[in-house]
Amino acid sequence: MRTVTTPDSPAPVKPTSVSRWPDRSFHWLALLAALTLVGLIVLVGWELYRGSRLSIHQFGPRFLVSSQWDPVSDVYGALPFIFGTLVSSLIALVIAVPLGVATALFLTEMAPVRLRQPIITVIELLAAVPSVIFGLWGIFVLVPWLRDHFFRWLKDSLGFLPLFTGPIYGPSMLAGGIIVAIMILPIVTSVSREILRSVPNLQREAAYALGATHWEVIRIAVISYARRGIFGAAVLGLGRALGETMAVTMVIGNRPEISASLFAPGYTLASVVANEFTEATSDLYLNALFELGLVLLAITILVNAVAQLMLRSLAGGAGAKAH
Amino acid sequence: MATPVSTPEKPKTAPAPVQPEAGGKPVAPEEGPAFDVRDFSLWYGARKALDGVSIRIPARRVTAIIGPSGCGKSTFLRALNRMHELTPGTRIEGSLHLFGEDLYAPSVDPVVVRRRVGMVFQKSNPFPTMSIEENVLVGLRLNGVKDRAFLQHRLEQSLRMSALWDEVKDHLKRPGISLSGGQQQRLCIARALAVEPEVLLMDEPCSALDPLATAKIEELIQQLRLRFTVVIVTHNMQQAARCSDRTAFFYLGKLVEFGETRGMFTNPSNPQTEAYVSGRFG
Repeated sequence: MRTVTTPDSPAPVKPTSVSRWPDRSFHWLALLAALTLVGLIVLVGWELYRGSRLSIHQFGPRFLVSSQWDPVSDVYGALPFIFGTLVSSLIALVIAVPLGVATALFLTEMAPVRLRQPIITVIELLAAVPSVIFGLWGIFVLVPWLRDHFFRWLKDSLGFLPLFTGPIYGPSMLAGGIIVAIMILPIVTSVSREILRSVPNLQREAAYALGATHWEVIRIAVISYARRGIFGAAVLGLGRALGETMAVTMVIGNRPEISASLFAPGYTLASVVANEFTEATSDLYLNALFELGLVLLAITILVNAVAQLMLRSLAGGAGAKAH
Repeated sequence: MATPVSTPEKPKTAPAPVQPEAGGKPVAPEEGPAFDVRDFSLWYGARKALDGVSIRIPARRVTAIIGPSGCGKSTFLRALNRMHELTPGTRIEGSLHLFGEDLYAPSVDPVVVRRRVGMVFQKSNPFPTMSIEENVLVGLRLNGVKDRAFLQHRLEQSLRMSALWDEVKDHLKRPGISLSGGQQQRLCIARALAVEPEVLLMDEPCSALDPLATAKIEELIQQLRLRFTVVIVTHNMQQAARCSDRTAFFYLGKLVEFGETRGMFTNPSNPQTEAYVSGRFG
């Protein structure tokens, strides 16, 4: 063994002298941060449960299927709100998913490169508009226009469907759904765009080499490759739609009733909690509102979990497909 | 785009008598060229990738294209079925005819060109959501073929031609990506053959495969030359020597030498070719 004496080659650092404590403390810090998040969700769930115990004991599972909401005689049921939340969210999905996926397809497959970034920026701006602004715009611009033109036209041309019958007030389930659609459009578009961008070029070339037209390439190579991810994007959008509060409250009409007609007013879980908290005079009333919050949390977590599973299985699948 | 499947009549349908060649390889007698390329140049933006290439690629032969990386061999291959047009900002000069027809005439739709000139890629790329069967038949379905008996016949025929039938005939409904790498590449060949192209282009089809799978594909290429014109880009000179009839050597976007494969490897006339095939550069 040769001893190192030359000044330009310093003695080697012994591995044992490396300090491990920054490594360890960072590890624990990161773990703590992660646990805080998990803890918060558990805490929120627990608090909601604690706040709604009275109502849970009083009504039991009946709470979920009863459509009576009567603060005067202290009887509460969540069904109209669950119905309103689900229906307005579904309307939003039906509008936003095709629009968002088509926009994403345009951006990834068709738009000239110069046009892409400006469109993406506009979509991101849409996501930055505060909810209450959409609500105001909804009340003063969208709803009057829908009432005077679009709804009338729907009733005239599709009035034979129960969905489009009854009096037209303006504020309605359909108006709420349309507002939510606009609000979830950015997330649906950007997630779909990411998914479409992950489709390998080799897939497109395979289709082109078979003599496929542009549209056929999109159909057989792009959409079919990405379909699970697009479904995930839709479910993610649904998760957003379920919790949307402010703008919906302003245009949906806020009446707890279950009607087949989309022209009829509705009420969502989030809206009723936001609207009636200040008026909740009795303990049971307050507890019922808390339970509505619990139901909303459960639905939202469920939907988001499904979306995450969808997206994850796609990521794994795409990795395996690379070979 | 309703193009009939029956591609335009061409000489390849004639069951030409098979004659043994000196090397023992059965080949059909020489016909006119499949591709007649004259003074063909191609630019990616401002960069010239092909420079005045003139070549007559014979029909029903295997033509290998060799050359160092970046010499334009893949670009040339992609120009043969206008796949390079998927890259924005390309421009060409010169002419390129397939069986006498100008593929770059303004009236010619590149989609139709690609139905006549199929392609197999470096990495196998079966459609992951489709079964083996659907992968093979997707090209025909795009053409609107619905006749089930015909599809069934073409399915078996294509898989037999790509030497995959015996391995997959009992599980045609399984996903295409459940196959091994070599099998997937043969599935892609079957997919390209199912639409009965006049020419099959292969862009380094074995570069991602192990030697056994490579041997299978090379054997397959020998079979294919009886019915199709095959143009194969390869960086493997042994492969070019083993399975091609003609070899074209590209260097810096130019066609340096083109001739009988045996002659190219034993007695190249150009010093650059000699340096390359003997492994002194590239």
